[in-house]
Amino acid sequence: MNNLTSAVDSKVVCYHCGNDCKDEDIKEDNKHFCCSGCFTVYDILKNNNLCGYYDINSNAGVSLKSKNFKGKFDYLSEKNIEAELLSFKNEHMAKVILNVPSIHCSSCVWLLENFPKILKGVISSRLNFVKKELALDFDPNIVSLKEIVELMATLGYEPQINLESTGKPKIIDHETRRLLFKIGVTGFCAGNIMMMSFPEYFNLDLANQLDATYQKFFLYFNFILALPVFFYGASDYLKGAYYSIVENLKGNSKILSVDIPIALGISALFLRSTFETFVSHRAGYWDSMAGLVLFLLVGKWVQQVTFNYLSFDRSYKSYFPLAVKVKNESSQYKNVNGLAKGDVFYIHHQELIPTDAVLLNGNALIDYSFVTGESKPVKKLKGETVFAGGRQVAEQIELLVQKPVSTSYLTQLWNNDSFLKEKEIPTTELANAFSKYFTYLTIALALLVGIYWKFNDPILIWPSVTAVLMVACPCALTLSLPFTMNTTMSIFGKNRFFVKNQGVIQQLSEIDTIVFDKTGTLTEANKGEVRLVGDLNSYEERLVFSVVSQSVHPLSKLVASHLSQNAPLEVNYIFEVKGQGIEAIVDGTSIKVGKLDFVNGQTKNVGDSEVHILIAGEYKGFFTIEPRFRSNWKKLLANFKKTFELSLLSGDNNKMENFLRPVFGENMRFDQTPQNKLNYIKELQSEGKKVMMIGDGLNDAGALRESKIGIALTEDVQAFSPSCDAILDANKFENLADYIGFSKTALNIVKLSFLLSVVYNIIGVGWAASGNLSPVLAAIFMPLSTLSVVFFAVGLTWLTARFRKLV
Amino acid sequence: MEVIIILVILAILIAGSFLVAFFWATKDGQFDDTFSPSVRILMDNDREENKTH
Repeated sequence: MNNLTSAVDSKVVCYHCGNDCKDEDIKEDNKHFCCSGCFTVYDILKNNNLCGYYDINSNAGVSLKSKNFKGKFDYLSEKNIEAELLSFKNEHMAKVILNVPSIHCSSCVWLLENFPKILKGVISSRLNFVKKELALDFDPNIVSLKEIVELMATLGYEPQINLESTGKPKIIDHETRRLLFKIGVTGFCAGNIMMMSFPEYFNLDLANQLDATYQKFFLYFNFILALPVFFYGASDYLKGAYYSIVENLKGNSKILSVDIPIALGISALFLRSTFETFVSHRAGYWDSMAGLVLFLLVGKWVQQVTFNYLSFDRSYKSYFPLAVKVKNESSQYKNVNGLAKGDVFYIHHQELIPTDAVLLNGNALIDYSFVTGESKPVKKLKGETVFAGGRQVAEQIELLVQKPVSTSYLTQLWNNDSFLKEKEIPTTELANAFSKYFTYLTIALALLVGIYWKFNDPILIWPSVTAVLMVACPCALTLSLPFTMNTTMSIFGKNRFFVKNQGVIQQLSEIDTIVFDKTGTLTEANKGEVRLVGDLNSYEERLVFSVVSQSVHPLSKLVASHLSQNAPLEVNYIFEVKGQGIEAIVDGTSIKVGKLDFVNGQTKNVGDSEVHILIAGEYKGFFTIEPRFRSNWKKLLANFKKTFELSLLSGDNNKMENFLRPVFGENMRFDQTPQNKLNYIKELQSEGKKVMMIGDGLNDAGALRESKIGIALTEDVQAFSPSCDAILDANKFENLADYIGFSKTALNIVKLSFLLSVVYNIIGVGWAASGNLSPVLAAIFMPLSTLSVVFFAVGLTWLTARFRKLV
Repeated sequence: MEVIIILVILAILIAGSFLVAFFWATKDGQFDDTFSPSVRILMDNDREENKTH
């Protein structure tokens, strides 16, 4: 019976966030809450009559367990720091755009857009869900930015404020908008041209006075509609072709851009149709031309669709705090960028040190895992230098700035060459490679056809030559690449693997070397595997469990969870020496748990993450806490080893070297600084290798950037990840081989659809060469071939994905 | 019968006004975020706790 109740109890979920109410259970209005934070939010919403939040999605809230915001946003009360965040301010109105990473569902939209109802002074609130940006207008006389941000944090929507968020104007993507305009205009014209072309196709009787009037009207009308299509819609292709030809003539480039055959085709269509309209007074190929340009533009649009809610280009700026508390200044807080040598500032518990500084006061225990991957905090003494990127884990310290932020040891990495130049992304490389042969072949064919008719029927020279150029336009060819890649991208996205753009998929299929980071990549961040060295019988296990379950020390907690299948015994006496160990009497037996020197007085050089045990005066062995490797990592790496060269880079010490040797052989480097990692990748690439780097932290940022493809592994794709080409959800790490395999398949599908479009072209050219390509035939054949190639490419990509269980 | 010509021009003008509307919407940023408006439209202004269904 007892078991039954506990089974039911464990299913109680928090009304606000949907988490298990395991440790705490607050009851109110017949609803359960897992922590006081969640309850507070419910209370605020209830008082403001906003419980509709829970109607849209049940348990929609963000868990607020172990969150403490007190004092965290104090720097926002500083007027000049506030002003940096605001995008507009006058006496009655201020505007700010805040980035809120925790937005995840429609309830969030509802609550945040109802913000004016919760907080007086907020005038309007508008959310961009895709970018996760909240635009707020508020009255600075009634409410301050600090109050707004604090309330948002309380509700679980803590805005992300860092060095990068200053002075950010609303970014408008002009490139995309221009493309949308072009698609709009071309679509409009194409649709109307098609309608106007119909009468001609249905054989107007030109002997009839009335029909002839209409025919002329339709002809000229089509011409007028075609002008914007040619001069506006197709302008990018015409310009691209022009520049490519100029570059080739100058000898600067040997690549014939795919724009050339496209421009050739479009121009042939335009000139031939103009001739037909004004000289022959017959219908031209206007509808074919307009349709072609429309398809091409849509393809272009598809090509640049990305996961724009993810940020792939982060520098140290997104990690650093916006402001720090300074001493002896007229203002209390100072923007981190404004720190100069000689400034004294404070760093609180869990804050990041933004620049190289000397410790003046306080107990510094600094965790550099962010920079080096080494997870053990380092103790620093007064007068010692602490480097940027470290996180203070003890209490508040006082620091003296040595260098401005932009020249600190850590940020120097971003001054490296590889960060200054843009990474080359070969989106059109494949198409260009094809177009080289294609262009020459088309021109040769057109010439041949021209020569043939010159000797057989000179009247047919121009109709056949232009027809060949028109039909040979590689529309289907250029479309199959973006559509296949777009489909692949969305399939990857469904599998929590987000690539930056389509070029990355192509590069993914070309790599031959994979470099791994260890901490946080091969191993799980912040989790350990507990292993017992020695021997304990089940009674002794119970004794140990009874002791460690009383302690809050992280190692004790890990050991306790490892032994949690045991029932605790009665503890008669317990005493914990902080940072050393616990001494206790359990069930009449004396027991000591902790560091080796605490347990039996020995001071031997041993690992830090070991818990030694002494029961009734007898040493029983120890628990060792080892980093836990990701599930199936061995299988994945063994799989990779067949096709790729593998290397390991670790900022950590070489404790695991022997353990990892079977997998990586001698390609392992330990104690690597971020700069070392970058250099190693550079070295590999100078040998001609195509390197993919997989890392997780800021310490891998340089290597991720330098490598051909940098993949950031992260537990939460919305959260921080260093600058990279792709983001992979850590839970999907074991599937990485499938994704690389699929990228190869996708490229093969593109090639296959290239082949199909060539087959279409041969059929089309056959017609064209005979001089028989009528406007109706062209209007049916050209779009049909394009559409069928696109459907083929997209359909095949989906089918293969389904076959491989990726969708 | 020239009425067809007038009708065609009229039709183009009407269609053109939609094109202008499309331009306006694009400029206004309507295609920048395609998710939040779909949620926004479903929101009630106020919910009464004791409303009868």
